[in-house]
Amino acid sequence: MKGNEAVALGALYARCNAYFAYPITPSTEVAETFAREFGSSEFPDYKVFLQASSELEAINMVLGAAATGARACTATASPGFSLKQEAISYAAGMELPALIVNVNRGGPGLGSLGPEQSDYFQATRGGGHGGYRMPVLAPASVQEIASFPVIGFELAFRYRNPVLMLMDAYIGQIKEDIIFPKVPPVHDETPWAVTGAKDRKPNILNSLHLDVDEHERHVEKLLKKYEDMAKREVRFEEYLTGDAEVVMVAFGIVARLCKRVVNLARKKGLRLGLLRPITLFPFPYRVVADLSTRVKGFLVVELNTGQMVEDVRLGVEGRTKVHHHRRVGGTVPTHREILEKAEKVLGGG
Amino acid sequence: MSGEFEIAMKVKQGALESLNNYVDHHYCPGCEHGTLTRVIAMAIDKLGLRDRTVMVDTVGCSVLAYNYLNFDHIQVPHGRAPAVASGLKRARPDLNVFMVSGDGDALAIGLSETLQAAMRGEAVTMILVNNAVYGMTGGQMAPTTLPGQVTTTSPKGRDISFTGPPVDACRLVSAIPGAAYVRRATLVIEEKPSGGWSVKNAMDARTAVENAFRVQMKGGFAFLELLSTCWVNWKMSIMDAKRYVYKEMLKYYPLGLFVDRFNIEGKGVLPAEGPAGARGTPTMARDESIEAPGHAGEAP
Repeated sequence: MKGNEAVALGALYARCNAYFAYPITPSTEVAETFAREFGSSEFPDYKVFLQASSELEAINMVLGAAATGARACTATASPGFSLKQEAISYAAGMELPALIVNVNRGGPGLGSLGPEQSDYFQATRGGGHGGYRMPVLAPASVQEIASFPVIGFELAFRYRNPVLMLMDAYIGQIKEDIIFPKVPPVHDETPWAVTGAKDRKPNILNSLHLDVDEHERHVEKLLKKYEDMAKREVRFEEYLTGDAEVVMVAFGIVARLCKRVVNLARKKGLRLGLLRPITLFPFPYRVVADLSTRVKGFLVVELNTGQMVEDVRLGVEGRTKVHHHRRVGGTVPTHREILEKAEKVLGGG
Repeated sequence: MSGEFEIAMKVKQGALESLNNYVDHHYCPGCEHGTLTRVIAMAIDKLGLRDRTVMVDTVGCSVLAYNYLNFDHIQVPHGRAPAVASGLKRARPDLNVFMVSGDGDALAIGLSETLQAAMRGEAVTMILVNNAVYGMTGGQMAPTTLPGQVTTTSPKGRDISFTGPPVDACRLVSAIPGAAYVRRATLVIEEKPSGGWSVKNAMDARTAVENAFRVQMKGGFAFLELLSTCWVNWKMSIMDAKRYVYKEMLKYYPLGLFVDRFNIEGKGVLPAEGPAGARGTPTMARDESIEAPGHAGEAP
């Protein structure tokens, strides 16, 4: 199954209630799959499919559905993700859960339709205004794409915060065999939802606090949530890092290439390892810091001009060298190209 | 000020369930927003909708409505209220969802959302308060600013050869087959030729607010434009501002019923004929328990 189909079905198996669509390459199959499955007896909790007139409208519809306590979702690709930033900031501010999918294509502007990881900063730094954060899940296989919506919705409701799945055009388009997780019916606790103030005080979902002291308390409360996420929700995979002299850091499709590079290097007797962050926020700084005390250097490989490399440097804090290898524009490096670079780094280059 | 007092005397006295009674509000004295707040509370109480009402608070003068109206609220990005309301209503068709937008919110930054919600025939109620300026930010030019009208961003008066003429929102929305009810009314009191002030139009507006909720309960998109004053930003006295509405604004924005596909007002289905399949789209949840009293109006 294709990655983009798997994310739709994965979200539906994760008891998604509402999907709001707007087509954009290379994410459109997500919307098409949601449209196709609407009304299917397989997904009794799936109540709303609606095509919006823009990404702006789609994400604001997500706010509306999420405000009722529904599991709401929308998917897009990079230019559309930019359009959604304002509403994501509002969702973070008024603490609404939602699952958002971004299939990263080439940028800036209309860019290209090929895979990039250039929305990394936008995803991990809170791409809209106002200094919020959201958990970012970065799948590296179609199986992970199918499974992560379960985690995504869980995190979204646990923290009352939007959650992002950051894929790339490659991983969205490849086909692999998968098994969908079976999720029993969920009962999210949503005492804050706006569903009519019957036999209770009115609920007010709001990101506006005109009293600056009150707003400071609100922002501090949000910060506490982000700190809790950083403590509890870091996910990563280490591959042969135990004895590694050089550790590569990569996520998404690039991590899979790098795994092969590690295997090739090991055959040559080279002690190369791989760290694959699965959550890009919160980032596994602790793991990077621990590794940095015993490796000769890091090699960060990514499909952008250098974004995750800054997080690796924050974890390393100058203790060792951090190298970078990039491909951009929608191109993907070959394993030979990466191996060559890794050998240079291993040789002290 | 006697006119406002007159309204206050005529409306039903007593505490309303949908109103946070005796809470001070931020609306300027003499502004129709204060009246509208009470009129909305009266309509929702009368129709028994309070326990399932969600108000979508827009960016503009009504942004703080959650302090005044005693039901659930969500405050949303500028211009996006119809989209949020659509998401809410689709997820929970049993809810009564409405928004009060300014002319900047509904017709400038959010024009697309306004028209798209109408196109989909969303079963929500949109009340547009047209006071011809951006009120909250201090009186800038809006899509509805009259030709020659002075604002802080048209300091020499709106030059329509440069900005284009003002937009008639009701005619715009009326062109959309998905809109079930389009009406223009005003809560502004009218000076009588014989002296004194009439609340007749204000009372009509009050009925129109009720009707706008009835349309939603029948599954249709209701659009109610209310002409309003903004004497602070118009730089006039309160009563001169009310005179200005009747003397100047009505030339561009005549009061009346533009669309009534469910015959909510009992004057017949309007427009009487339309292209096949171009009626309003009452495909969403309907509540047959809500009936417009006093006539036999039924969904065609």
